[in-house]
Amino acid sequence: MASASTVAPTRRDFLFIATGAMAAVGAAAVVWPLINQMSPDASTLAMASTEVDIGSIPEGQIVTIKWRGKPVFLSHRTKKEIEEAQNVDVATLRDPQPDSARVKKPEWLIVIGVCTHLGCIPLGHEGEYGGWFCPCHGSVYDTSGRIRKGPAPLNLAVPDYAFLTDTKVRIG
Amino acid sequence: MAFTKKFGIAAAALLGVVVFSTATLRAEEGGPEEQPKPARQSWSFAGPFGAFDKAQLQRGFKIYKEVCSNCHELHIPIRTLAQPGGPGFTEDQVKTLAATYTVHDGPNLQGEMFDRPGRPSDYFPAPFPNPEAAAASLGAPPPDMSLLAKARKYERGFPAFVFDALPIPGGMYQELGPDYIYAILNGYTHDDDPNWNLYFPGHKIAMGKPLSPGQVEYADGTPTTLDQYAKDVAAFLYWAAEPTLEQRKRVGIRVMIFLLVFAGLLYFTKKKIWADVAH
Amino acid sequence: MHGHSTFEPKNGLVKWLEARLPILSFMHGSFVAYPTPKNLNYWWTFGAILSFMLIAQIITGVVLTMHYTPESTMAFASVEKIMRDVNWGWMLRYAHANGASMFFFAVYIHMFRGIYYGSYKAPREVLWILGVIIFLLMMATGFMGYVLPWGQMSFWGATVITNLFSAIPLVGDQITVWLWGGYSVDNPTLNRFFALHYLLPFIIVAVVGLHVWALHVVGQNNPDGVEVKDVDKDTVPFTPHATMKDSLGLAVFLLLYAWFIFFIPNYLGDADNYIQANPMKTPPHIVPEWYFLPFYAILRSIPNKLAGVIAMFSAIAVLAFLPWLDTSKVRSAKYRPIYKVFFWIFAATAIGLGYLGAMPPEGGYVLTARILSVAYFSFFLIVLPLLGLFEKTKPVPPTIADAVLAKHGSASSVAAGAASAPHTKG
Repeated sequence: MASASTVAPTRRDFLFIATGAMAAVGAAAVVWPLINQMSPDASTLAMASTEVDIGSIPEGQIVTIKWRGKPVFLSHRTKKEIEEAQNVDVATLRDPQPDSARVKKPEWLIVIGVCTHLGCIPLGHEGEYGGWFCPCHGSVYDTSGRIRKGPAPLNLAVPDYAFLTDTKVRIG
Repeated sequence: MAFTKKFGIAAAALLGVVVFSTATLRAEEGGPEEQPKPARQSWSFAGPFGAFDKAQLQRGFKIYKEVCSNCHELHIPIRTLAQPGGPGFTEDQVKTLAATYTVHDGPNLQGEMFDRPGRPSDYFPAPFPNPEAAAASLGAPPPDMSLLAKARKYERGFPAFVFDALPIPGGMYQELGPDYIYAILNGYTHDDDPNWNLYFPGHKIAMGKPLSPGQVEYADGTPTTLDQYAKDVAAFLYWAAEPTLEQRKRVGIRVMIFLLVFAGLLYFTKKKIWADVAH
Repeated sequence: MHGHSTFEPKNGLVKWLEARLPILSFMHGSFVAYPTPKNLNYWWTFGAILSFMLIAQIITGVVLTMHYTPESTMAFASVEKIMRDVNWGWMLRYAHANGASMFFFAVYIHMFRGIYYGSYKAPREVLWILGVIIFLLMMATGFMGYVLPWGQMSFWGATVITNLFSAIPLVGDQITVWLWGGYSVDNPTLNRFFALHYLLPFIIVAVVGLHVWALHVVGQNNPDGVEVKDVDKDTVPFTPHATMKDSLGLAVFLLLYAWFIFFIPNYLGDADNYIQANPMKTPPHIVPEWYFLPFYAILRSIPNKLAGVIAMFSAIAVLAFLPWLDTSKVRSAKYRPIYKVFFWIFAATAIGLGYLGAMPPEGGYVLTARILSVAYFSFFLIVLPLLGLFEKTKPVPPTIADAVLAKHGSASSVAAGAASAPHTKG
């Protein structure tokens, strides 16, 4: 097969390498859409923000609403709960964050209701800190939604939100 | 390649037979109620490099909003108006526009349904709660317009339908839907009968003449003629039906170039490998 | 058939695996060393093209399933969501829909190639019949896949085709109700069609496995229709020779496929399928996809329900009997001058029936369809059996090597052996 000339084998090799490389590029280009199709689609990305009327939530109650397929806790905190949340030595916390960095108005705590351990929904007004208790693996959160005990590494996440009026909040 | 040559001859012979037989069959049809076929228009989005004319889509949308939407649903999300390859509205424009619609939503925490201003992620609201309600008030349910430009076609006949598929000048004809819509809007030729349409099969159309010259104002100085309205709204509806057209054609050109080069390389590789084999 | 080289594992891990599962030597024997007749032309690349299309359809299909909803009130909208919102959804759906057409286009060329070169003749009868089974499975899969978008033509196509079974005497109506899971095509029908549409391709994969196995037992036919006598002189190793030729054929085929996906994606589709299914309104013309049209034309050309259905299924079933209907001793049309003419008439008949299947069943179309239906069956039932008895064939070269030499105009050796008809079993 191989020709006697010294040029031919190099040209031949180049041709084979070029063809092979082209095939590899083509295959990669085909694989991308097959992977990318599983990412959130345009309708999911455009998922609406949610507006909630909080005027009807009495002090001391936690209401759960759905946002992006996940629960969001709207906690109308009592004076006592606010004090508890504020009077904590931040340095002792696992995920140090003052309460003021987690709320826009002290009486309203708005957090995503997903345990930062493995994604279960914690139960409100439970656990020794009066915040949340996650029944799956025993993580305990305080009245500011901060992790205090158990396996979870982080505080409950705070979503983007804004108060449209005193009684209306837009989440997202 | 004697085989291919013979195949060519046979194909040509077959072509002849079919052309002849269709010609004779066609001659038997016809009659006084002959239905003219919509004429082929020139569209900016036709051809392998076609793209939408943003200004035209915006004008078409204006017609939809002011005229069509009174009876027809357009079941597409409002946000798509800001999507690349579309009419080119900005996100803010779309947000403002969406807020002008009222959307029924709920239930809220009190368990009640409520009305709220629309958001870009909402679909354009339907003018009637259901097709039955539309039929009751208009006589017949107007079709949803989101796919109208792809759901309408007209018979091209042989051999035109073959050329329509080919990458030749005058070929690659995929815009039968917009041409049909354009023709219908220009087909109200009997002034005494608003439901008579030259291009509608059977000529009796439930939709009365929807557009007249000067009915919709254009801000960009485009003439407000019926012909222009028909073109603009047909283009808009084609975009609504095929919003990914620009991306599709752009990717397509790259794929074709890649495959041509790849096939060329394979040709030489194959030739090299078979060089020493008589076959 | 023994191949060009043997698989000799050098690597320790490969040796270890070979002793336990000799899959690498099996692959080597089947796809590397496998002896391929050196005179194959490009019509033989369609086997590889079809394998590619089967895999492409399965991959795009599985991916589309991730977004599709098989429920009668949501199916149409879920397909639209794929087209508008899913990343690359438009491309995946157009690739799958046009992929079905490309698959059938390739399979028809593959079948016509087999008929032209007599690839169904002994010892390849089982290979051929497996092919007919694959074709039938493809038709069932294609039909059920077309129902899934739940457009007008999906719905009414499903209604018309499932009603074919009501032509069966006595139990026809019960069978139709059983197929539907109700009293009309509805959500249960859509659900079961979806389940079967997902299942059948994997059964096709299995039958393709048998098809390839049978092929590798008897070896490939070739344009001269003579069996391999001497592996060294008559054949080349599958890799790289056939692999590269198949790749080139596939690349050219992909150009056509890409043209359809990116530039004329709706050309082969019916506009009515962009209207959601409406059980209260039948579209003016019910037309199946183009690949069913010849059979649809045969169905419509007979004015009796049961007879029409029987004729349509017979048009496919008759293919399975081809190895015994053709009585000729010579395989390839290359050496059968009269058969060659009839072959092209048959091809024209099939295409003509396809055209008529798309036309309204009225006037001259019906009569022409009847004539062509008779021509279709005559080819199998009259022409093929009789031609083998009366046709005067041309001398067949004794070996593939001789045929190749003759083609290249070499003076030697061809004339001597040409007189003997080498119809020996390979």
